[in-house]
Amino acid sequence: MKKLMLGNEAFARGLYEAGCKVVSSYPGTPSTEITEEVAKYDEVYAEWAPNEKVAMETALGASIAGARSFCGMKHVGLNVAADPLYTAAYTGVNAGMVIAVADDQGMHSSQNEQDSRHHAIASKVPMLEPSDSTECKEFVKLAFELSEQFDAPFIVRMSTRVAHSQSIVEMEDRQELELKPYEKTPQKYVMMPAYAKGRHVFVEERTKKLIEYAETSPLNRVEISDKAEFGVITNGACYQYTKEALGDRVSVLKLGMVNPLPEKLIKDFAAKYDRIVVIEELDGIIEEHCRNIGVTNVEGKNIFGYIGEIPQSVIAEKLLGEKKEYVALNENIPVRPPVMCAGCPHRGLFYCLKKLGVTVSGDIGCYTLGAAAPLNAIDTTICMGASISGLHGFNKARGAESEHKSVAVIGDSTFMHSGMTGLVNIAYNNSNSTVIILDNSITGMTGHQQNPTTGKNLKGDPAAAVNLEELCKAIGIKRVRVTDPYKLAETEAAIKEELAADEASVIISRRPCALLKYVKHNPPFVVETDKCVGCKQCMKLGCPAISMREGKAVIDHTQCVGCGICKEQCKIGAIK
Amino acid sequence: METKSIMIVGVGGQGSLLASRLLGNVLLAQGYDVKVSEVHGMSQRGGSVVTYVKYGDKVYSPVIEKGEADAVISFELLEAARCLPFLKKGGHLITSTQQIDPMPVITGAAQYPDGLVEKLRAAGAELVAVDALKLAEEAGSPKASNVVLMGVLASRMDYPEELWQKAIEQCVPAKFLELNKKAFELGKNAK
Repeated sequence: MKKLMLGNEAFARGLYEAGCKVVSSYPGTPSTEITEEVAKYDEVYAEWAPNEKVAMETALGASIAGARSFCGMKHVGLNVAADPLYTAAYTGVNAGMVIAVADDQGMHSSQNEQDSRHHAIASKVPMLEPSDSTECKEFVKLAFELSEQFDAPFIVRMSTRVAHSQSIVEMEDRQELELKPYEKTPQKYVMMPAYAKGRHVFVEERTKKLIEYAETSPLNRVEISDKAEFGVITNGACYQYTKEALGDRVSVLKLGMVNPLPEKLIKDFAAKYDRIVVIEELDGIIEEHCRNIGVTNVEGKNIFGYIGEIPQSVIAEKLLGEKKEYVALNENIPVRPPVMCAGCPHRGLFYCLKKLGVTVSGDIGCYTLGAAAPLNAIDTTICMGASISGLHGFNKARGAESEHKSVAVIGDSTFMHSGMTGLVNIAYNNSNSTVIILDNSITGMTGHQQNPTTGKNLKGDPAAAVNLEELCKAIGIKRVRVTDPYKLAETEAAIKEELAADEASVIISRRPCALLKYVKHNPPFVVETDKCVGCKQCMKLGCPAISMREGKAVIDHTQCVGCGICKEQCKIGAIK
Repeated sequence: METKSIMIVGVGGQGSLLASRLLGNVLLAQGYDVKVSEVHGMSQRGGSVVTYVKYGDKVYSPVIEKGEADAVISFELLEAARCLPFLKKGGHLITSTQQIDPMPVITGAAQYPDGLVEKLRAAGAELVAVDALKLAEEAGSPKASNVVLMGVLASRMDYPEELWQKAIEQCVPAKFLELNKKAFELGKNAK
């Protein structure tokens, strides 16, 4: 049967068909749907782990136990999981193990634009890269075979375009596999120096064999055109852009295996043409490899640079000098940035922080939007968990002057991911820091995934729920309190008191995400136009449901969920 | 057949992902190679949302760029204006006349431009402007304006009615099926 499938959905189908048994991941755009989709198959055990490191260790454990396993993450998640990755390269696998890492060229939804191929090279773990949904499924199935053949975990590199584009996939049956026998083999799985030295020798030998495989693998293919003006070497989504922009004007070497790279295959292809252009997004890894193996007629980064995507228009313009014609209105069209939703519980908290002029150490999640106008409340955003540890460092540097006017903000899921250890540091190393956990009972930004605080698992079944108050107390924080961000006065008072206190404190700002299905909404509020004086106090909240029309505030009834913070904010009582 | 490109644009929460999937399923059933591309992550948070649908004998790039779209379907007027440059010369622009203020307009940092329908027409776009929100409310829910606009598109594409009906059944939850079929019908019959 043929079906239109997202790259991520096709990836999940590949896991299913390959007989994968154990899946553990942490959500992160654009990788999330792989795990959500595979969880729909009853034959596969699938879970959300608290972070990517735990997920990868779980998958490796399952592989050693004899089951085909998988873990998925976004590019920055692989940094968190780098520790197990670099040693899993040495242990190798028992049953096949596949890792998805989804890069975000163009930074559609990420804090940096790192090229994950560097991790594959540095850890000496082989990496495949599909260019559409059909290849996602095929490559995943092949990756399991190769993982077992070469005794290595295999990374499959995704990108936003491949992950989030649908194309046609032919579905096949699942291959049901017996568990492979587990035998205690310390020289393979106990990576203490004596054994690890032996495994490093194995890793280097394995890389040589993988290069040999890459020379003739069906993953790497040459498409010769009789009309070719020059040759292109490319990978992933760039293959599709190249075919669209250049068609039969070039011959193409498409690399589906991006680590390790072949040598003879590239040299033979390059020898056919005077000019070779490497079209690869982000870093010039293939291009550098070409130079390293003595191919000199190569260019790429001098034309395309290191930033963002290289879609067909860029290729056509840079290589052919062709530009499409179009018309635009001669008009200033206001931008439409993403905003916190109407009724978002984060809004009330950020309004209070802005009002108090507090320095805010931020984190990764929906609440990063608190950095945008009109709230402009956040000072820093680095990576998962950095709000808490960053605040600690900030306060150690500036002392009491900073301690009484700075806070960290972090979501419930991010706190479980890597915020807890930062809080341990605050308690252990005694900084008078104030941490606010924005507990909206879900992992919001990636589209509502369960986490260890929500009381449900990935499949939606009841699960143990971490008690945040008790956890913070157990860590050593004595001042722990819960507030409701829909109550502005209460929230403001709590922040003031905890900032004034002479010891570390945690405020749990608790209210479920307004988009959760089980959250009951109040009827929408209305502005009594004759009472409204147009003072715009309500506008300071940055609620997308409130706008000014002819000098008076108006509430959009289709968006308003009746959270009531504008009502509290309106001192003349014009909002009912 | 040479590849055709349709862009569906709107504001996060308006249902452009469902519309693009619906259209993708119709084209798949028609026997084309199809690619549908979406960018997730920010889609529920009131930002601009853009999806691409491309079809033909063989589709390569899933992305549509400036000057490439045979049709742009917009759920909101300002987004139609923003995406006008993506339209090919002689391409069709179908837009809802609904207006949703973006945050810079809400905060007073920018103004929502006046008279966009006339300006788009003056710019040479083959324009169909429909009050899709009103028709959707008539069908039973403001959330169905995406399917209303698919109805408008269907009336301008020559594909069998049953393909559209089947695609709606595939993409819409059963309890909203009747409502969406009505929304589709109202869109098809819109002027």
